[in-house]
Amino acid sequence: MSDLRELYQSVILDHNRKPRNFGAPAGSNRHAEGHNPLCGDHLSVHLRLVDGIVEDAGFEGHGCAISKASASLMTEAVKGRSATDVEKLFQSFHDMVTSDPRSEPWTEKSEDLGKLAVFGGVREFPMRVKCATLCWHTLRSALADGGEVSTE
Amino acid sequence: MSYDVAAVRKDFPILGREVHGKPLVFLDSAASAQKPSAVVEAMSDLYLRHYANVHRGVYQLSLEATEMLEAVRDKVAAFLGAGDRREIVFVRNATEALNLVAYSYGRQHVQAGDEVLVTHMEHHANFVPWQVLCEERGARLRVAPIDDRGALILEEFEKLLSPRTKLAAFAHVSNVLGTVNPVRELSRLCRERGIPTVIDGAQAVPHQHVDVGAIGCDFYTFSGHKLFGPTGVGVLWGRAELLEAMPPFLTGGSMIESVTLERTTFAGIPQRFEAGTPDIGCIVGLGAAIDYVEGLGLDAITAYERELLTYTEAQLATVPGLRMLGTAPHKAAVMSLVMDDVHPHDLGTILDREGVAVRTGHHCAQPLMERFGVPATARASLALYNDEADVDALVRALHVAREVFAA
Repeated sequence: MSDLRELYQSVILDHNRKPRNFGAPAGSNRHAEGHNPLCGDHLSVHLRLVDGIVEDAGFEGHGCAISKASASLMTEAVKGRSATDVEKLFQSFHDMVTSDPRSEPWTEKSEDLGKLAVFGGVREFPMRVKCATLCWHTLRSALADGGEVSTE
Repeated sequence: MSYDVAAVRKDFPILGREVHGKPLVFLDSAASAQKPSAVVEAMSDLYLRHYANVHRGVYQLSLEATEMLEAVRDKVAAFLGAGDRREIVFVRNATEALNLVAYSYGRQHVQAGDEVLVTHMEHHANFVPWQVLCEERGARLRVAPIDDRGALILEEFEKLLSPRTKLAAFAHVSNVLGTVNPVRELSRLCRERGIPTVIDGAQAVPHQHVDVGAIGCDFYTFSGHKLFGPTGVGVLWGRAELLEAMPPFLTGGSMIESVTLERTTFAGIPQRFEAGTPDIGCIVGLGAAIDYVEGLGLDAITAYERELLTYTEAQLATVPGLRMLGTAPHKAAVMSLVMDDVHPHDLGTILDREGVAVRTGHHCAQPLMERFGVPATARASLALYNDEADVDALVRALHVAREVFAA
């Protein structure tokens, strides 16, 4: 049960039940769709991008607790950041969830992951990494001017 | 003699292992079944003592391998109640068998304005080939509806049969709902109108006796790996007169009569549909798998699984917030589960940590998922080696999932 608690931390369960930034924010001008054909997850990410800064972010769609909570926390984390900053944040997040659980414990790198660190438990569940990263890939596609991404 | 599940379990060494420190509880046989030692040993015996290419050499080893392979053709013919061994075509899996019929028979007979009838509960393997065929031909794919319990609505199926219907394709048993379709009745309705029938039997053959003559269908398909045999071999049974009139699907070696620079004439059936070296080892393994289930007795397996399904349904009913899709009156031991507030994917992860292997996702049946308004389910499926202890472990793990998500 302990590694399940590590994965399903209370912050994740809370964001799963009450996703933040659900829906397209007012004046959004960037949008992308993401699919995970393996599990049928589908989400869209909407951004209001002004002068290279993510002024607002939102998402819609359905999926498992990990994917919904990840999208919810991501939209909170990227607000107010520049596209370059968002990319750095993505890299840190990606490193965290894909690091080898048998190696040294993962420690936060230069970029402050803040609340996103609750996804550290995902690395113990390789089958669930795509659930946590689908929203990020979709966000990067939206920043790169939209389109569709798929985890497959 | 009563069915001795403890003895059966001993035939499957993998069931003795642990997963995440818990005893393995394997409830995903509808995706692919585990293998008894006898299957692995039969394949080893071929490779270690008798192996050579088949249908070619004049030497002893090739003769032995050919005899072993052709003996399985006889075995499969008897297993399906087929009168003629030439009606058994070895393919890779049921998907390939269905594609063979769609490409060969379908492209020969389905023209613009025609219709092909399928049901709403089909696996993509018995849906997409027909959809693609219809698109290509300018034909129309008709879909027979199912009711809320997941049973096919017979009157609607019948209404959709018309002079334009050139073929009807349906599952014997649904891989998601477990619904057992009235295949005799469906085949009769089609036969009366001269419409050929194709049955996807992948989920039926591991659980019940199948007799294609009694069913009265025209094509029947299944995969070896769901029947406790190896991956890489499947079977197409087709009526000889239909197969004989069909063009090849794949061409190349083994399937020819003679080849000149100008033209090729094709071999008779079944060789015409078996281009290239077949998966000899897997075909031999399939033969051992058929021996295995026939040794236990298919009727005994059906009776045992029916009892276990009744037990399972009663146990699952004790789990709060749990719902089962597919409650047709005639159903096999496939439980598609949906738990309130817990996505099937999360459920699958939690069950796995408890040692319980179930399939999560859309089960290659997206139109069916849409019909029930869910993106996915967690599916537990039972087979001849499962017992009440497996069901109890599933129920305990479902309670753990409720606890995790109640936090």
